[in-house]
Amino acid sequence: MPTYVNPDKCDGCKALDRPACQYICPNDLMTLDKSLGKSWNQEPDLCWECYACVKTCPQGAIAMRGYGDVVPLGASLTPLRGTDAIMWTVKFRDGQMKRFKFPIRTTPWGSIEPHHDLPAPTVDDAKKPGLCGQAMYLGVDTLPAAGKR
Amino acid sequence: MDKPETEVVECDLLIVGGGMAGCGAAYESAYWAQAKGLRVVLVEKAAIERSGAVAMGLSAINCYMGMKWGENQPEDFVRYVRQDLMGLSREDLVYDIARNVDSTVHMFEEWGLPFFKTPEGRYKREGRWQVMIHGESYKPIVAEAAKKAIGENNIYERVFMSHILLDKNDPGKVAGALGFSVRDNKIYVFKAKAVISSAGGATMVFRPHSVGEGLGRIWYAPWNTGSAYKLMITAGAEMTQMEHRLVVARFKDGYGPVGMWFLLFKAILKNAYGELVEEKWADLLKEWLPYGEGKPIPTPLRNHQMIRDHLAGAGPHYLRTDEALQKMFADVQNDPRKVREIEADAWEDFLDMTMSQALLWASENIDPAKTPSEVVLTEPYLMGSHASGTGAWVSGPEDIAPKDYFWGYNRMTTVRGLFAAGDGVGGSAHKFSSGSYTEGRLAGKGAIAYINDNGAAPAIDQDRVDAVTSELMRPLEVWEESRAGVTRGEVNPTALSPKQSLLRLQKIMDEYVAGQGSGYITNGPTLARGLELLKMLREDLPRMAARDRHDLLRSWEVWDRYYCAEAHARHVLFREETRWPGYYYRGDFPKLDEANWKCFTTSRYDGAKNEWTLTKKPYIALI
Repeated sequence: MPTYVNPDKCDGCKALDRPACQYICPNDLMTLDKSLGKSWNQEPDLCWECYACVKTCPQGAIAMRGYGDVVPLGASLTPLRGTDAIMWTVKFRDGQMKRFKFPIRTTPWGSIEPHHDLPAPTVDDAKKPGLCGQAMYLGVDTLPAAGKR
Repeated sequence: MDKPETEVVECDLLIVGGGMAGCGAAYESAYWAQAKGLRVVLVEKAAIERSGAVAMGLSAINCYMGMKWGENQPEDFVRYVRQDLMGLSREDLVYDIARNVDSTVHMFEEWGLPFFKTPEGRYKREGRWQVMIHGESYKPIVAEAAKKAIGENNIYERVFMSHILLDKNDPGKVAGALGFSVRDNKIYVFKAKAVISSAGGATMVFRPHSVGEGLGRIWYAPWNTGSAYKLMITAGAEMTQMEHRLVVARFKDGYGPVGMWFLLFKAILKNAYGELVEEKWADLLKEWLPYGEGKPIPTPLRNHQMIRDHLAGAGPHYLRTDEALQKMFADVQNDPRKVREIEADAWEDFLDMTMSQALLWASENIDPAKTPSEVVLTEPYLMGSHASGTGAWVSGPEDIAPKDYFWGYNRMTTVRGLFAAGDGVGGSAHKFSSGSYTEGRLAGKGAIAYINDNGAAPAIDQDRVDAVTSELMRPLEVWEESRAGVTRGEVNPTALSPKQSLLRLQKIMDEYVAGQGSGYITNGPTLARGLELLKMLREDLPRMAARDRHDLLRSWEVWDRYYCAEAHARHVLFREETRWPGYYYRGDFPKLDEANWKCFTTSRYDGAKNEWTLTKKPYIALI
């Protein structure tokens, strides 16, 4: 299912610094056609169908069409990703529909505080086994060391 | 063509690749770097919010001990990995990940990754080592932590790293790395005292099942081009187990995961005649002792049974999702609410991590409760994080590594200051996402310890930088030079497109180096012929032509895959036995040879002479 872009919906992310799909695509596929002022998938046969662009597009302009050489036509799979959950709508070739909703995050976006409440590190401790925050996160009192030399 | 601008970035630690391992390295190194105020920089060819193998999401974390619940100990995990890898794993590295991985997983939960829980509040197990998550946003969450740990100003996105730079005065030591912007006409030179190669394993080295529009619908991420390996190979680092590829059974065409179906839903693999593949071919396992009699059945031996059943004319093979779900529905007395929950779990497994499989089901009107789905074996992948072990030969942790496996700093390669993590580390499998992140953390800490001890500023060889810069831009020049030779079109007597080059590589590997199209079989003469063809491909690759920066990226990704391919072919030729039937067969050495080959293979590439040296390294049991 490589992506395709609906020309009626895509506005080339004119209001942003760069098109959202071009920013996020892990494989450098989504790009702006400057003459059209709209995005397109420049190499669909290297699309993994990861949906990163579909989920991020502010206009809901990007969808998937099953790989021409593999997938029968007529079905669709459409996500709607919010801040704490994602909703999927599955439409079958025969018209049957299914909807699913799954949580995606239990905390607010931007709330992670790395290394919070950890003591200041020392140069000596950097040479010892174990990782930072072990006492807080490992769940057992001592780091196992089988076959210790 | 305009000469590219060059930006020099000075840092202490450079992390190349911002996937799970790279984000783990950023998180951990940022902490230890505080003691001396060191600068950590991460560079990524995409955007770390959705980069690496976990970009799409995951439905399970496959490496979690549960030590706080007394569920498993690291020793148990080492025994499991050793069995699955047919005896050969770097047990010090595997143990090190196992003893630390729980802290990573607990941190992910604190950050906001949603976990399935049991009524007692434990993580819901999918299998002995696997826990279930709602992992659509797994990577964005992990990326947020990495950005906050080292600061967004220290993250360089859309920069493709192509070469490690060695110290001008001490070529056994790293001095940084070099690459180009995927967006602008710009070269980046990173000067660093230590570098971590966490840039991912290699896909599409072999011709996949689909070769048209579906070329990119492979199992592992198509943007994993083997950068981690190519960077280290060409820097002269010793690599290990580069023959130990991965082939897995997956739902056909969509490559959806089967783990939950096998482990949690207890679905059975049957052939077209309703026979149980595992039972029908149980006797085959006796030819692969002692591993054939151990439990669980190693991944390659399960593949081997499927291949034999296929050759016996009993395909297609079906995972009986219908039987499994009907049994589960009956177990809950067909309670509509519970049936709906089971169905949602079944679909979420795909919707979190392989949406194509869900769309394929919808496209073929497949209701998994009524219709079983075909399962096939994939094309081979080169990776060190799943049930296979390609990667760098690295130092283990000081407190537990045998003497032969320790040289100063955890996860350091044989090039001083060059570290590896995730798919980049060889001989240490089954880390998956959480273990790769944990290994990134271990490498990050090891690298900071190295920098604390070795503070001298790196010496960059400017002549080398100039030469590589010109080499990097060459595909754009080839395009300009070659265009005049034809009226129109891609057929050109003096130039190849990156796609044409990739397809040529895949054809050679599939037909000569035991690809799926060859039934995973090769032998010495076939490999030798494959190496002849690879040599000519290598001679032609400087004729790759790039129309634009996207093509330039693709050209250098072909080079990544080329080096992975040659290393793989040479290692398969070197190991004169069949250790992992179902991954590949040496037709001329069809059996396991414990007396001569229960050892690691290593290779070192000498770029100046274009020569490879292969050796054996001893296997030392820790447990």
